[in-house]
Amino acid sequence: MLKIIFNYLIFPGFLFSAFLGLMTSWLDRKITARIQWRKGPVWYQNFVDILKLFYKEIIIPTQAKLSFTLSPFLGLGAVTIVATILGRLLISPNESFLGDLIVVIYLLAIPAIAFILGASSCGNPLASVGASREIKMLLGYELPFILSILVVIIKAHSIKFNEIINQQMVSGSYIFSFSGAIAFLVAFLCAQAKLGFVPFDVSEAEQEIMGGVLIEYSGLLLAIFKLMRAILFYIMPILLIVLFMGKDLTLGFLILKYLLLVILVTLFKNTNPRLRIEQVLKFFWGYLSSLGIIAIILALLGL
Amino acid sequence: MDLKLQSLTKSIWVFHAACSPCNNCDIEILDLLTPRYDVERFGMVLVGSVRHADALLVTGVPNYKTAERIKKLYAQASKPCLVVAIGNCACGRIMFRESYNSPCNLDEIIPVDVYIPGCPPKPEAMIAGIVKLISKIKGVR
Repeated sequence: MLKIIFNYLIFPGFLFSAFLGLMTSWLDRKITARIQWRKGPVWYQNFVDILKLFYKEIIIPTQAKLSFTLSPFLGLGAVTIVATILGRLLISPNESFLGDLIVVIYLLAIPAIAFILGASSCGNPLASVGASREIKMLLGYELPFILSILVVIIKAHSIKFNEIINQQMVSGSYIFSFSGAIAFLVAFLCAQAKLGFVPFDVSEAEQEIMGGVLIEYSGLLLAIFKLMRAILFYIMPILLIVLFMGKDLTLGFLILKYLLLVILVTLFKNTNPRLRIEQVLKFFWGYLSSLGIIAIILALLGL
Repeated sequence: MDLKLQSLTKSIWVFHAACSPCNNCDIEILDLLTPRYDVERFGMVLVGSVRHADALLVTGVPNYKTAERIKKLYAQASKPCLVVAIGNCACGRIMFRESYNSPCNLDEIIPVDVYIPGCPPKPEAMIAGIVKLISKIKGVR
């Protein structure tokens, strides 16, 4: 019992993943700064930001309902559980249970739902525009994301992380097969949308709808949303590594692959302008879903 | 070391509140935020919503319409929130003092923490002003 609480709150769970997530966010900011030929913030900048938000006043609008206050905690809880499952998996793979991949897919949809709940209950018109965009995004990227994970399931004949990793250790990473490479591309772009990064950040576009879903949040509640984003930024690359590049998961290779993926995400973020919402939907439902279906057909043919 | 003071001064998120300016000061604020001056080194980021802001950068002369708006905007910000008056107009209305459409000074509406004069002030002057503001908060002379 004590071990479970320790797992959820401290080591692979909340504290550890929050630390790594904030460091990853710093890496993102630093790389962005270097691309723009400037110096960038110090390494503890994100920790200072979170700490400062704890000291600020929390404003709750008079029209806001209870879900305005509770939804940040919902999102943070969901990503913490995913971080714990993935962390335990990497430490001792035998603790994996049947269907944990499905659990993770479901839990990864909750952060977006938390944004939608919080934004639509605060009574601000710009926040409701952000919430409606977030709903459309959720409908858009979930389909190709699940299609790309289906490729992994077909190749591994399993919905257990443990068996997916074991299969890859025997027969090589899935990314080096045709269907795996296409599925990885699709999953990578969906991860970018799940993180809310630039080509797909229509729901909180700062220049047009002033922060969108986050517009009414302040103080502690905003800090919890920022933490949730940071932990999500830490678990999405880990998930992609486990699903597509699981051949060698020793610590050194894990860190190398992780850094590679984070740098890829950041470069993609920095070299693309924001899409409009109908362009996002066309991109996900048109191009990426067809790519996902092609990948599934290739996987069924055994390529 | 006071943790609260440290964290508040190391991460100042600014909100750009244009209070009927002529846009010169606004262009200089944009210059301040570009890579050349790189204020993100000190943790300063431009935010879109006033609820996230730690400092309001106010430019321009308040007129009958914007005076109410700036008052509301200050009330909407989550405290502690600092106010930085940028440009001669926001500091003391200079030639618009006897203008028919300008009711009062900015500091008669909301409490101003630091005045940065200039028409428009250079980004270097703004950085110097923010440094003075931080040392004022910390109580250093």
